[in-house]
Amino acid sequence: MEVKVRPLECWNDFKKYRERYYKNYLEAKDKGGIRWAGSAWAFDAIPHGLGEDVYPLTGEPYGATCAFFHEFSRQCLETIERKGAARDLCGYMRNYWGSIAQNKYLLADGSIVEPFPRPDFNFTIHICCSHAKWYHYAAELENGVPTYAVDISVGPGYLLDDKKINYVVKQLNDAIPWMEKITGREYDDELLIKAVYAEADAMSTWAKICKLNQARPAPLEEKSMFSLYVLNLINRSDPEVAKLYHKLYDEVESRVKRGIGALTHEQFRFFTDNPPPWAFLKVYRYLEKEYAAISLGAIYTFGLGGGWIGMDEKGEKWIWEPAPTPEEAGVEITNREEALRWTAEYNLRYRASWQHEYSHWIRKLETYQMIKDWNADAIIMHINRGCELWNMSTLEVRDYLVKKGIPVATYEGNMADPRDFDEARTFNVIDSFMQSLGIERISEK
Amino acid sequence: MGKKVEEVPQLKQFREWFDKRHEYAKEWKRENGGKIVGYYCTYCPEEILYAAGVLPVRILGSHEPESITRPYLHDMYCPFCHDTLAQGLQGRYDYLDGVTLAQSCLHMRQSYFSFVDRVPNIQWSYYMHFPHGVNNPHATPYLRWELEKFKSAVEEWTGVTITNKELDKAIEIYNKNRQLMKKVFELRRGEKPPITGLHAMEMVVSSQVVDKKDHNEILESFLEDLKDVEVDRETGTRLILIGSEDDDRSFLELVEYGINYPATFVYEECCTGARYFWDEVRPNEDRLMALAERYVKRIPCPAKDWAAGELIRRRFQHIEKVIKDYNVQGAIIAQMKFCDPHELDIPSLRVLFDKNNVKHLTLELDITQPIGQFRTRVEAFLEALGEEDLFF
Ligand code: SF4
Ligand code: SF4
Repeated sequence: MEVKVRPLECWNDFKKYRERYYKNYLEAKDKGGIRWAGSAWAFDAIPHGLGEDVYPLTGEPYGATCAFFHEFSRQCLETIERKGAARDLCGYMRNYWGSIAQNKYLLADGSIVEPFPRPDFNFTIHICCSHAKWYHYAAELENGVPTYAVDISVGPGYLLDDKKINYVVKQLNDAIPWMEKITGREYDDELLIKAVYAEADAMSTWAKICKLNQARPAPLEEKSMFSLYVLNLINRSDPEVAKLYHKLYDEVESRVKRGIGALTHEQFRFFTDNPPPWAFLKVYRYLEKEYAAISLGAIYTFGLGGGWIGMDEKGEKWIWEPAPTPEEAGVEITNREEALRWTAEYNLRYRASWQHEYSHWIRKLETYQMIKDWNADAIIMHINRGCELWNMSTLEVRDYLVKKGIPVATYEGNMADPRDFDEARTFNVIDSFMQSLGIERISEK
Repeated sequence: MGKKVEEVPQLKQFREWFDKRHEYAKEWKRENGGKIVGYYCTYCPEEILYAAGVLPVRILGSHEPESITRPYLHDMYCPFCHDTLAQGLQGRYDYLDGVTLAQSCLHMRQSYFSFVDRVPNIQWSYYMHFPHGVNNPHATPYLRWELEKFKSAVEEWTGVTITNKELDKAIEIYNKNRQLMKKVFELRRGEKPPITGLHAMEMVVSSQVVDKKDHNEILESFLEDLKDVEVDRETGTRLILIGSEDDDRSFLELVEYGINYPATFVYEECCTGARYFWDEVRPNEDRLMALAERYVKRIPCPAKDWAAGELIRRRFQHIEKVIKDYNVQGAIIAQMKFCDPHELDIPSLRVLFDKNNVKHLTLELDITQPIGQFRTRVEAFLEALGEEDLFF
């Protein structure tokens, strides 16, 4: 059956925000502003308290942008390998380091400028083996940028206790005078509080948008979602981001009501796993065009910047329901201590992608429940050599899903190293998988 | 005339313990009737297990090729993780009652969880959320809390209440082991180190797989006997070994015994070397706080060594001190393939060695080593270092 499709009306708003973001970081100093750099998972509400002219650059989306522009990525990777960086390290990080080492900065449209804009400070978190060390070495490459990483390795949300939360809160608390000292600015708690509210709003709203994709036909396909979810990874505590997500939510909700889908034909619904090979998003196009197969998302796309309830209290079941915002939870945030506690707890408890690092069981339950709740037919897993964290447990998850009777295909690749991907082989994997499931090519129908 | 080091009986004992670690453990169990817990990472607070009458033994690889772990662990995970899981799947750890991991790198974490689920004899497991940020001031009190939970879990499992008295005893035995091994290491600062890196590695790794009481006894007499040793080998280039679980003898044998240019490891900065035992537990009324202090403040593993406000790596500070104290001339960076935490330090480590005029060579270790290839590279490295000596 043919499905009605429409382009997303707020597409350009998202595109423009992203373009502005990279430019703002570049031009921050012209306006007397502050630049900071860190992981997309950094507690980005904290630097907001330094003023309204504070501009972040988050490393993973920047690394992904580099990877998307193959040639620039190749130059970055080769430059940093000459300095002794191993090829199996995080692909985003190598692109980021290589960009600094070349002293070249990439804008969202692919244009390259020099020099690479040096941050006033690095502020990040540490959960995979790379995060803090990424910025430690970046700081050295940039002649000693002050660097502060927050250890968040306290375990999954359902095992949180006060002492675990306090450990993170104390580190956040120490970061504030540290930032004041570096920037010479006085910290404004009101701005922090505003940012913390905005962060939860943006993350929970993204989760609500993902839930809408349970509809048939699905209103969004994952390739487009990559351009939408990213705002939560570049500047989620900016109230403008939450506003954009509300706008998107309204539009997607209306698409569902009107039966508007993302693809003209939807004969096969699948999930993916892991960040995609950014330089080869054509894999998604191929699946759409040849098989009318729609990717509904992934624990990656949903969970990276989404706030979800996650594991139940007993650790037995994963719940794909949006996490409550302070307003929904009936919490009023009135001072610094409450703001820090809220942002620490919200992220530790509800950021889906921080949960499954702590056991493959969490990831098994999370993935299985997603396939069930969104009514997917299968999962196509990217065995991603570019990220050791996202690749953790993937084979155990595959084994689990197969035993549960869910069709699983896997292909190898690298999210951020375009040299490390076999296109022909990937298409072969897809064709054989579809054949084995009896899914016909739409061109043959 | 003194003895040759090879004739010192304690070295044979260390080697035998290392080689026959599984037999030792089974024998220990027969004799003591106690439980045995395997641990992976050296951040495991062994003292707590020991105080409950449990024997902690480190799970190590075998350096034999295997292909049974591929369905569970991706190829890009380090060989050590594959190797340890393979040992479990092959039943070589069939005497373990439990297994535990003090949170360290991601690779080991995955390997641990697969081990827990897939090795049938494991009745008890404990994953401790050990902090990663050991350079921040809040890590110690936080770890104290995690240790408290660990202690309760061990008590519940074993049915033994761990008293302060038992903890003190365990700490004393463990500290003694650390002190004795440190004394042995300090003998290597001299012009003619009495033992090689191979011996040191066998000493340290054996301490990870046997009852520390037994190990201490041998160490004490070892120190006595070392006084009479007549060093008959040429020290040659004084090397530091930098790495992780570097317990592959073939590699150490090659460098110290298999090359035309003499060389001796005078220090191993690895978790099968100094990182394991260098720091002691300092007495504190609050025993768990004492343990937390020790494990947070020890020479950090690269996985935990990063900036928390100050751009320093404590491990690097330690290495710089060792370079001076042990008169190090060359460094071999034994990089476990795919090991991110170590790889992440390598570009900066190279800068550190350059700054200290220490020549360095990086070799990538796998489950088994390409000895032929390594020989050529190590030979060229040592030759170049020797030539420099001639001219400067
Ligand atoms: S390895 Fe993965 S989780 Fe870690 S920094 Fe890179 S992309 Fe992020
Ligand atoms: S060698 Fe590296 S990756 Fe492997 S277990 Fe050790 S620290 Fe982890």
